Amino acid sequence: MKQFLGFVKKEFFHIFRDIQTMLVLFGIPIAQLLIFGYAVTNEIKDIKIAIYDQSKDDVTLQISNKIISSGYFILEKNLDHISNIEDIFKKGDVKEVIVFEPDFAKKLQREGIANVQLIADASDANTANLIVNYTSRILMDYIQKENQLVGQPLQIDTEVRMVFNEGLKSVYMFVPGTMALILMLVSAMMTSISIAREKEMGTMEVLLVSPLKPAQIIIGKVIPYVTLAFVNAITIILIGYFVFGMPLKGSIWLLLLESFLFISMALSLGIFISTMARSQQVAMFISIFALMLPTLLLSGFIFPIENMPVLLQWISHLMPPKYFIIIVKNIMLKGTGFMYIWKETLILTGMMLFFIALSVKKFKIRLE
Amino acid sequence: MKTNSENIIIKVENLVKKFGDFVANDHLTFDVYEGEIFGFLGANGAGKTTAIRILCGLSAPTSGDVEVAGYNVYKQTEKVKKNIGYMSQKFSLYENLTIKENIRFFAGIYGLSGKVIKERMNELLESLQITHLKDTLISSLPLGWKQKLAFSIAIFHKPKIVFLDEPTGGVDPITRRQFWDMIYETARSGITVFVTTHYMDEAEYCDRVSIMVDGRIDALDTPSVLKNTYNAINMDEVFLKLARG
Repeated sequence: MKQFLGFVKKEFFHIFRDIQTMLVLFGIPIAQLLIFGYAVTNEIKDIKIAIYDQSKDDVTLQISNKIISSGYFILEKNLDHISNIEDIFKKGDVKEVIVFEPDFAKKLQREGIANVQLIADASDANTANLIVNYTSRILMDYIQKENQLVGQPLQIDTEVRMVFNEGLKSVYMFVPGTMALILMLVSAMMTSISIAREKEMGTMEVLLVSPLKPAQIIIGKVIPYVTLAFVNAITIILIGYFVFGMPLKGSIWLLLLESFLFISMALSLGIFISTMARSQQVAMFISIFALMLPTLLLSGFIFPIENMPVLLQWISHLMPPKYFIIIVKNIMLKGTGFMYIWKETLILTGMMLFFIALSVKKFKIRLE
Repeated sequence: MKTNSENIIIKVENLVKKFGDFVANDHLTFDVYEGEIFGFLGANGAGKTTAIRILCGLSAPTSGDVEVAGYNVYKQTEKVKKNIGYMSQKFSLYENLTIKENIRFFAGIYGLSGKVIKERMNELLESLQITHLKDTLISSLPLGWKQKLAFSIAIFHKPKIVFLDEPTGGVDPITRRQFWDMIYETARSGITVFVTTHYMDEAEYCDRVSIMVDGRIDALDTPSVLKNTYNAINMDEVFLKLARG
């Protein structure tokens, strides 16, 4: 145990004495929080919606059909009670619910005005804004055409409501994304580089010849990065909460636990990378192209997954950060409990075990 | 030098190591005696490093038996590891730790107590005359010093055997001479030294040398016997005669 603690201490010395390492660990997180605040998206496609039609007359049916046939939306479900709205949002697939008031057609005819309510899931602020704008345009279009036919001015009054993020703050989007990116970077990239460095310098051989067990060496390498990644996670949550006013509706303990799971997953990925990389450059290269870019581009962090081509959507399912981002958003914005994120948690756990098994296998082959 | 030819400390029998079709070590059989300086010679690519890695437990042989310090290398690896020291070809200390921290770290992983480490460290720093540099980062030391320090750290836990894999690569002749003085001193203190090199003048300093050619050991004896047998004036000539077949 004393040997092991000495090892961990040595590892901390490496980190604190290397300016580049320190920059990556503590400089980049803050820079990224600022940079990604301006991430923009611009198009939507095949967004899942639900319709709560309290009127069920000719007009609401026509409007519904027009919306669904527009190509932008897919009808996931027809709701029959107001209480279903919250549930369906918490499940996360449906991004918008359209609510028609009772006697919609009658009101439109008699009073010339009827009400429709658009409720959008704004935990992804950009997408929510786009969805609502698209839906409103379709409604406007319908009413204009009707007006031409009938010759009398009709009006549909649209009331928009954003749930989970009423202020449409995009910070709510990039805090979870930055968290995933930073934890990935610190855990996977830094671990793989630091193990590759020992191989490159020849110190790994000296360690393997010593009485330290390989498992002790690996765990000793990993502990400092777990600690620092955790410090980073907490820093990002604090900045999000106090500086940007990001809510934390769910349990902080669940959030930390899930962060810990994600960190462990990233570390096992880092160890796996280091079994393939012979030098620091190779480890860095693999980390950037296999971890950083996909995390940025394919995890739903910047670009909504729903709008990607099918092939990229499939690839995005393989991106661990995707699941972590869903988990963080669910806990922080929607305040959901474990019940709603057990699937994502299970996937991350599976990925972690997969990478550990691969690394162990690779490690054995190397020794032969 | 007190070579005890009765006590065998490394016993290698029919060691074979293959990488696919390539045979790196072809039925090696030799003994190393306690307290001697055993030179393991050969050209680059002759299979020296492969063999030394197997002796240290870093790599598993394809077949054959290897005993180091009385223990089977792959069945009792943990026991072997406690009894050996190793200095790799690449100079291997941590550049961004100080001299003192490097010593503490490596001594620590061999389980030495704080008190012992402190005592031996002071002794070591004094004998290398670097006490005033103990808080200097390794990266700022000249190569020769790093190598001497790496060697001292490899024997810091007083192992029975120390393996040196081309320890003098890339240093100037004076430092090489000083380095060999350290090796002599180590052997005098009872530690067996197993050293690989391709500098043939260094072979003269060894008690016994083995010469590897293409994965086989072609000759093994004291330098003077080898020079007589091959009718050569120095080890360089012995080696050339063997290498050219």
